Amino acid sequence: MSELCHESLLKEFPEAQWDEAAGAVILPAANARTIAEWLLASGWDYCSNVTGVDYLEVEVKEKITNDAGETETVPRIEAGRIDVVYHLYSMANKTGPLVLKQRTGREGATAESLTPVWRSCDLQEREVYDLFGVDFKGHPDQRRILMWDEFEGHPMRRDYTEPFDYEWEPTPHAEILAKHQRGKVIV
Amino acid sequence: MSILGGGIFKGMAVTLRNFIGSYFYKERLTTNDYEWRAKDKLPQSIGDYPKEEGEQLRDTTTVNHYSRNFPMLLHDTGEPMDTIRCVACQICERECPPQCIYIEKSTEKKENADGKPQFYPAKFDIDVSVCMSCQICVEVCPFDAIVMNSQFELSTPNRFGGLLVRRDDLLKSNDYYHKIHPQEAAARDQKMVADKAAKEAKKKAAAEKAKAAAEARAAAAAEAEAKEDTE
Amino acid sequence: MITAALNYELLQQEGLETSLLEISMGPHHPSTHGVFRMDVKLDGETVVELRPVFGYLHRNHEKLAENMTYLSSMPFTDRLDYFNSMTNNWAYALAAEKLIEVEVPERAEYLRVIMAELTRLVNHVTLVGFFINDLGALGTPLMYAFREREKILDLFEQASGARMMCNYFRFGGLRNDVPEGWLDRTRELVDRFPAFLDEYEQLLCENEIILSRTQGVGNLSRELAINAGVTGPMLRASGVNYDLRKVDAYGIYDRFKFRVPYTDGDTGDCYDRFMIRMLEMRESVAILKQALADIPEGDIIGKVSKVFKPKPAEVYGRIEGPKGELGFYLIADGTTKPYRYRVRPPSLINLTVLRDMCLGGKIADAVIILGSIDIVLGEVDR
Repeated sequence: MSELCHESLLKEFPEAQWDEAAGAVILPAANARTIAEWLLASGWDYCSNVTGVDYLEVEVKEKITNDAGETETVPRIEAGRIDVVYHLYSMANKTGPLVLKQRTGREGATAESLTPVWRSCDLQEREVYDLFGVDFKGHPDQRRILMWDEFEGHPMRRDYTEPFDYEWEPTPHAEILAKHQRGKVIV
Repeated sequence: MSILGGGIFKGMAVTLRNFIGSYFYKERLTTNDYEWRAKDKLPQSIGDYPKEEGEQLRDTTTVNHYSRNFPMLLHDTGEPMDTIRCVACQICERECPPQCIYIEKSTEKKENADGKPQFYPAKFDIDVSVCMSCQICVEVCPFDAIVMNSQFELSTPNRFGGLLVRRDDLLKSNDYYHKIHPQEAAARDQKMVADKAAKEAKKKAAAEKAKAAAEARAAAAAEAEAKEDTE
Repeated sequence: MITAALNYELLQQEGLETSLLEISMGPHHPSTHGVFRMDVKLDGETVVELRPVFGYLHRNHEKLAENMTYLSSMPFTDRLDYFNSMTNNWAYALAAEKLIEVEVPERAEYLRVIMAELTRLVNHVTLVGFFINDLGALGTPLMYAFREREKILDLFEQASGARMMCNYFRFGGLRNDVPEGWLDRTRELVDRFPAFLDEYEQLLCENEIILSRTQGVGNLSRELAINAGVTGPMLRASGVNYDLRKVDAYGIYDRFKFRVPYTDGDTGDCYDRFMIRMLEMRESVAILKQALADIPEGDIIGKVSKVFKPKPAEVYGRIEGPKGELGFYLIADGTTKPYRYRVRPPSLINLTVLRDMCLGGKIADAVIILGSIDIVLGEVDR
């Protein structure tokens, strides 16, 4: 079936964007669920992989041509974001993958839960919630999954700093030793 | 289809066959312990290779060609510290997945086995309580200085100090390496010789090229001079 | 399916004084295959609510891998599903090879298939042993299974130097060639394996106790299985013909003739899942025979440097692991380390349907159902 490709999705929902570099469709936040339901109905019956990717705020330098016709390098600050990535396949037609992305800011990150559409997102979205701190709207049972309930912070975020909770052991590694000494002071 | 209990009866027949068979065939034994091997044939971990043909399939304790337990440092024939191959480049320390290697580079250079002045590790510790025997350090080492030992009897009553193996305990001779991993050691030696030859050939070619270039330059200069003279 | 509320209300209507019993099965429960907890609510012996709780083995494998070079995280993939280190290696190598575009030599491709199929034998034979163990047949079937597994692990040890944490695959091939005589020993083992399977089937497949304990227990419908992303033998037991060795034909699987066993009906129960694995072992033996007959001589690894910097790209590589689809999602950013490294663990995602299969059943059946899912906590928790 030739319809199972991103072009038909983009034709049906023009507000979705195609990211050529990543080979992914970026879903608009407003109707991600609607698009997912349409995708399921059109044959993408299997959602294989769900994960998050954290991008910190970075300064990119890009070359532009100014009015005078000269190229110059302009620094631009790219805001940090979290992508929630979905890999879809079709079991009936044995095709795939179609990569979907939901983009959200790093502060108060929210995304639309696709668990009501594909049950396979259930545990994986919980994992993204646990490790990246993305709040999934409409998830039936959003709890921490790998870390314990009282845990603070989201360890897969790139700016996460681990707390000092190591058992003291003699070690020749300077970095760990420093940590131990820090721990000793606290104790 | 069949009488009730027939399936269970069939299963019982299988267990009976295995029970009786285990007296005649070793592959029917569910547990192979040390006891059915003669005491003098127990692998002692060092130099206990090769074993008799065909024994390996059943014997899980055989020390084999690729057995890897913990790394060791190689030195060539001679005093260990005079012929150490490690130059403390610290690639293995960086690449080690569980970060169990700790190296301190020497401040001054010392002659190695080839008589070339090189740095050497002032400290080289491996924390074998952390090491996971993955062999990544061996693969990334550009000097063939670190290889895997097959020694596995390392138990010690001292948890922290005893399992931190120091440089001098890690140093083993190339002969020992040949004894425990004959194939791998031979291949490594061959590769080292080939590398050295290639390096020398390259050097020689470069030198010859430089010489030829110098000669050509000299000839050109002489020609130019001669030309000047005639003018 | 009987739901929790219905059953409970019915009893109350009849005027019976009942209350639900809450039990925390685990984390150290012999049936849970590791540190895994099932919080169950029981009405008598019937499960009315079940919540899987895990994470006890969590070590943030993904974060570890993001802080080291591509090669260095290869040994950590062994520890995901510690029964199947060879297939874990392959999945990671497959994903990374998409980033660096390296040609895998012919001999390495064949050896990869041989190793992967041997791993499948190891996994299925262990699973069947543990599954029967969960039924209450302590010891005998498991010991027979482990005896055969040990013979394969010996082969792994001779090739890679370690029984379980093989760390044998490299980007572009394998770490080293197999030692002399290894292929002959493997042929010998493969030739003898069907006899063991015959005996094992004779021991188990007609056993009335196994039949009555497993048939009709833990039904999983085809629709739910697909929607919940269940993969591997469990999916095929629910009547879906989906095997990545056929669908993606990664490596050189398109050269071998083998069949994909799957059930006829729309639902699969514990017995189906058990039998699918028994049948798959026979197909693995068929693949092994072909691969061992055709394996050529030659190089073992393509030209790849130990530390490389792939161009920025996003790839997703997946293989048919013994437990299901094992995928690796890598994002390269032009440095020696992956920017994002994600494992799609089949064990974790197959657990999605645990609650659905257990509700309304007996507490003793929950143990069997968990056994038939085939999880390894090293992979669930990562």
